[in-house]
Amino acid sequence: MTYLTEFIVQFTFSYLATVAFAICINVPHKALILAGWAGAFGWMVYWLLETAGSGRMLANLLGAVAIGVCGIVFARIKKMPVIIFNIPGLVPLVPGATAYQAVRAMVLGNMDLAIQLGVRVTMVAGAIAVGFMIAQLISELSYRIRW
Amino acid sequence: MVKVDKTILLDTCLLAGRIMIEGGSEMYRVEDTMNRIVKNAGQSDPLIFTTATGIIIGLKNQPYVQLSQVSARNIDMEKVAGVNQLSRQFAEGKITLTQMRKSLIHLDKNTPYFPLPLQVLGAAVVSATLMVIFAQQYDWLDIPLAAVAGSLGYLVNYYVGRATKIRFMSEMLGAFIVGLTALIGVRLGLGREIDNVIIGAVMPLVPGVAITNSIRDMLAGHLLSGMARGMEAILSACAIGVGIAIIFRFF
Repeated sequence: MTYLTEFIVQFTFSYLATVAFAICINVPHKALILAGWAGAFGWMVYWLLETAGSGRMLANLLGAVAIGVCGIVFARIKKMPVIIFNIPGLVPLVPGATAYQAVRAMVLGNMDLAIQLGVRVTMVAGAIAVGFMIAQLISELSYRIRW
Repeated sequence: MVKVDKTILLDTCLLAGRIMIEGGSEMYRVEDTMNRIVKNAGQSDPLIFTTATGIIIGLKNQPYVQLSQVSARNIDMEKVAGVNQLSRQFAEGKITLTQMRKSLIHLDKNTPYFPLPLQVLGAAVVSATLMVIFAQQYDWLDIPLAAVAGSLGYLVNYYVGRATKIRFMSEMLGAFIVGLTALIGVRLGLGREIDNVIIGAVMPLVPGVAITNSIRDMLAGHLLSGMARGMEAILSACAIGVGIAIIFRFF
């Protein structure tokens, strides 16, 4: 599979996943399309960095920054709370799969793997949270600097 | 400024805060909204203490204090957006406090939902697309099985959640059905990688967003709420793990 087709597949699938998850958590229908953009954009930042070899944590952090900035911009356009765009947008990044693998390893008695994966869940979630804080910082700065 | 009944004011604030927490809002936004409602009603110095399980609000140096329990914590963006909308309208003076209270009660009771078939379709799409994204293997053949398992798991989660009040039971049974469907599908030759199918199909159930939100709450200084929400997320992750593990143990 060439790089371009991979890119297109990753983009469309992350967009679809975000919109579909947004339907599951009852996002107002006016916000669905923009929420999908936030998710696809954040995932593409993550994916491009990860394939470029930046490592998981930096990719997660910058992906979360991208989602946070998207969320803030969209929230100002639509006059809705930021989290309406952030929470569905997070879905491709969030360590749900790792959390599930950690718990499965624990239940099956594989303690070393469970602890390893559990620490990874905490660190990824922390990286995403810090990414959002950076996005918030950017938005506060953009309020202060009037151009 | 019209003089407002302080008891009704505090009650409205509590209602708004409770609906927002039940909808999965961050704590700083809840406190911010409650503060704004009090300020826009012409009162100064509200005292607000929010946790994920209860809210206390009072007016400084005045004999008015009320508290409210928060018993459910889901993710429901329509509620958060609705409260935000009403608070904005109240700030602009388009609605009065009594109207706002009435609309809040209405919002709490009948939040508009997407029709269930659309939600199930959403769960199917989430499962199929996230399986490809997480596995990074482009195994197209597993997509139908993941979609079916994901939607069945979501349906079971939905109906069990309505039928019983026992916490975490719906997640466990939903995950169990996901595992069972994936296992049967793979045995019948409809899918290849059972691990990938299960990872995709549990995604509508797993509390990844809740884990991240709890850490955000803690970093924002809301340690109590962060801990409570994080614990709830860990417990529901464990429930899902148990549901899947039953399959792996016995088959």
